[in-house]
Amino acid sequence: MKKRKHKLAEIVKIFNLEVISGKEFLKREVSGGYISDLLSDVMANSQKDNIWVTLQGHPNIVAVAKLKELAGIIIINRRKPDGETVKKAHEEGIPIMTSDLPAFELVGKLYESGISGTH
Amino acid sequence: MQSKILLQQNFEIKGGDFINAGESSIKIRNILKDIGIDSDIIRRVAIVAYEAEMNVVMYARHGKMHLYVYSNKILLKIEDRGQGIKDIDLAMQPGYSTATEEMREMGFGAGMGLPNIKKNSDVFNINSTIREGTKLEIKINLNNKNG
Ligand SMILES: Nc1ncnc2c1ncn2[C@@H]1O[C@H](COP(=O)(O)OP(=O)(O)OP(=O)(O)O)[C@@H](O)[C@H]1O
Ligand SMILES: [Mg+2]
Repeated sequence: MKKRKHKLAEIVKIFNLEVISGKEFLKREVSGGYISDLLSDVMANSQKDNIWVTLQGHPNIVAVAKLKELAGIIIINRRKPDGETVKKAHEEGIPIMTSDLPAFELVGKLYESGISGTH
Repeated sequence: MQSKILLQQNFEIKGGDFINAGESSIKIRNILKDIGIDSDIIRRVAIVAYEAEMNVVMYARHGKMHLYVYSNKILLKIEDRGQGIKDIDLAMQPGYSTATEEMREMGFGAGMGLPNIKKNSDVFNINSTIREGTKLEIKINLNNKNG
């Protein structure tokens, strides 16, 4: 794997993600990725400007992304965020994207494209 | 050493309100950003405030978070009225959680909140009375030389 800097917009295009919120922030550069469905784990271990891969779609994910200054959230497995989540994501300027892929496939592809984890 | 208080604000936290959970922490983060606090300090305050706020939402009826900014430190006090903690040593252990099935489905209940608060604090105090409530006091030092 060769490390490469990606902007959110490139990730959206390469992996055919649907952008649910935060279209105006897709210029953001991604520093790496973190995958977890446990919120206090993400609070403890994600890094600034990470892309966060999760299956959680409830409103609290927006607070976590905002507080940790994450680049954006990708919700996997064809899941959709709650309406309230989308509303909050607009308010806080958090990009939320969705993917049809399960976590393993999506993260494998992200890694292959040059996005690394936090270690 | 006495030092001057620069800013003080209070926030209300409603138990059980998972929709607005985290908003007080976001407000605190924004305030600290506006007054130019170092970003590493803000990240630590954000973790501490969020985990404390979520615990009020999950385990208490109502709570207050008080933010004090001094020239040499940030002080957070969180007090709630709620179920309280029977065994604080046990609650502090990583992985210990009494979160309900519903909360776990939302990704809460890893039992990492209190350990993360402690890890990110310079001074951490917790007091609790069963069936009354819980109080946390957290200090994070600002490393400015003239503080
Ligand atoms: N304010 C509180 N009032 C009552 N009980 C609490 C409070 N805060 C924590 N506890 C108790 O301590 C346990 C451990 O708290 P901690 O924050 O470490 O983990 P958690 O909240 O269960 O999971 P996580 O924070 O990882 O989502 C809780 O499950 C709960 O039993
Ligand atoms: Mg907790």
